[in-house]
Amino acid sequence: MHNPYYPYPVRIDEIITETEDKSLKTFKFVFLDPEDEKRFAYRAGQFAELSIPGQGEIPIGIASSPTEKGFVKFTVFNTGKVTRYLHSMKEGDIMGVRGPLGNSFPWETLEGKNVVIIGGGFAFTTLRSSIVHMIDPANRDKFKDITVIYGARSPGMLLYKEELEAWAERDDLNMHITVDGTDDPEWKHHKGFVPAVTEQEAPKADNNTYAIVCGPPIMIKFTQPVLDNLGYGHDQILMSLENRMKCGVGMCGHCNIGKEFVCKDGPVFTLDQLNEMPKEY
Amino acid sequence: MKIVQIDKSQWASGIEKLKEGYRVFAPVKNKLFHDFKALEKGEAGDFDFQNTRLSPKSTVYPQSEILFRFSMDKHSDDYRILKEEEKDKTPKAVIGIRPCDAYSFELVRRNFDTPDYQDPYWLEEYQKSTFIGMACSDPCQSCFCTSADTGPFDEKGLDALVVDAGEHYLAKLLTEKGETLFDAAGWTTEADASAEGRIEELKGDVESRLTSKVGTEKLRSQKMLDLYEAPFWEEVAFSCINCGTCTYVCPTCWCFDIQDETFGKQGVRIRNWDSCMYPLFTLHASGHNPRGSKVDRVRQRFMHKLKYYVDKYDNGIQCVGCGRCVQMCPVNIDIRRVCNMMNSYDPESCVCEVTSA
Repeated sequence: MHNPYYPYPVRIDEIITETEDKSLKTFKFVFLDPEDEKRFAYRAGQFAELSIPGQGEIPIGIASSPTEKGFVKFTVFNTGKVTRYLHSMKEGDIMGVRGPLGNSFPWETLEGKNVVIIGGGFAFTTLRSSIVHMIDPANRDKFKDITVIYGARSPGMLLYKEELEAWAERDDLNMHITVDGTDDPEWKHHKGFVPAVTEQEAPKADNNTYAIVCGPPIMIKFTQPVLDNLGYGHDQILMSLENRMKCGVGMCGHCNIGKEFVCKDGPVFTLDQLNEMPKEY
Repeated sequence: MKIVQIDKSQWASGIEKLKEGYRVFAPVKNKLFHDFKALEKGEAGDFDFQNTRLSPKSTVYPQSEILFRFSMDKHSDDYRILKEEEKDKTPKAVIGIRPCDAYSFELVRRNFDTPDYQDPYWLEEYQKSTFIGMACSDPCQSCFCTSADTGPFDEKGLDALVVDAGEHYLAKLLTEKGETLFDAAGWTTEADASAEGRIEELKGDVESRLTSKVGTEKLRSQKMLDLYEAPFWEEVAFSCINCGTCTYVCPTCWCFDIQDETFGKQGVRIRNWDSCMYPLFTLHASGHNPRGSKVDRVRQRFMHKLKYYVDKYDNGIQCVGCGRCVQMCPVNIDIRRVCNMMNSYDPESCVCEVTSA
């Protein structure tokens, strides 16, 4: 019987400090047993439990894309017991990764559609995974227009800065980067909050357009009316939730919202589904 | 199906024989109460009981259980590599379980044995257990099993059902596992043709004394958000002190926490029963808590048992009517009353029936 609580042993291959306040680091892991990488076959939008024996486990969205081979990447905010410890770990250290877990973004539905990605702050990790997945030469033809709106408080708080700049140069991706404010005279992208940029730059809705929205609650609250005005149906708005969880496989009971488990039935839900659920997230 | 007759003088000696091949669990008197315990040599259990204070869920699902061991020795090759904990493979015999509690394992199995994932710890313990039920002859005031798809002589989830027929026991052997256990105990005397009628007669008598009834028939068709937003939750939760007793004594509460503990250079990953009554259960690292108030948590417990479970599995409520939470609650919150309120709730008028039980 496969033990869903068993984490695959991994080595920390690289640690990248992402933000100027050093609160976000990206960890690149390599599986000790290369066979485990095949067992860990995942889809963009899924998550995993990062497992540090002696400290505990934390559920974190997978930031690498299934198209990237040889490693798996996570961007982690330093906030609680396990993440604080993880931030003190070094390249070469051994720990565990358990998953992949959750349902992913609905890629079968999204194929052949326009996709609008709206992200804020550090909720951009599975969105990065999705973008890298979609713009991979093997996949780009499967999607129509791709629009990305991503905002952070300041330029120094943006994740994946080099990639963002490279994506902004591409002609097969409408890239809109924004910051709440900056006094940097060199700043060449938007200034303003994500909902305002969405209002200016997001395409009008039609039956072939889906929006994926991930960000802090305040961003989601003000983005939703903008999408409503643009005509997006609530079955065309996808969101990824977080709740405290332990098992990740729908058994421990911690992350339920009504009869759904964020870990197993989510983390991705349509706004239609969320409207039918208690607001316990 | 075979019915055997067990002379009461053969009961304790049969249990003793079972210990050669099984770890035997049975009710044991613990001061004023009974608890399920693994019997030592020479111990026969005490079957003069209404029901155990804690449910026998711990025979399959211990309150604390080691999942993995690991080394915390930086110089060791297996530093921070988890190794599965070796489990005792000896079959278990759970003797004297009440039918309601046996049925609870069927409800809980839906959580631990799913098409997507199987919990190997729960499932292996469950599969190696043989459940020998003992029919109730003296139901409690707080029992409402007959409203919860089970009953004092229910056979669901059991390998054999033992009935106290006064001068001797009569036992219905329900599965091959049950027959194997009875052979091992030496309980093999076939009962005469009147036994089945005698069991039915006793059953009818006990069921007629179970007067506590709860309505559940409308729970499935109620709209989830209507019940969630019903006005009675503040009142239901008012006296709750979030002690969690209801969840610990409940045979169908399965929620757990996973924690790492280290002792010098050794470490273990363990899981412990947890309770949705506690604020930490849902607290995010950010400080945000989706069920931050007592009302949220009380509502969660009842909605889970009486609505979310009903909708998820379409197979009745997540409650077997054992009445433990009713008996043990220090502030007299009564699931029968709450169930009747939810069942009879009319969202148009925001009115529900309120009964004393």
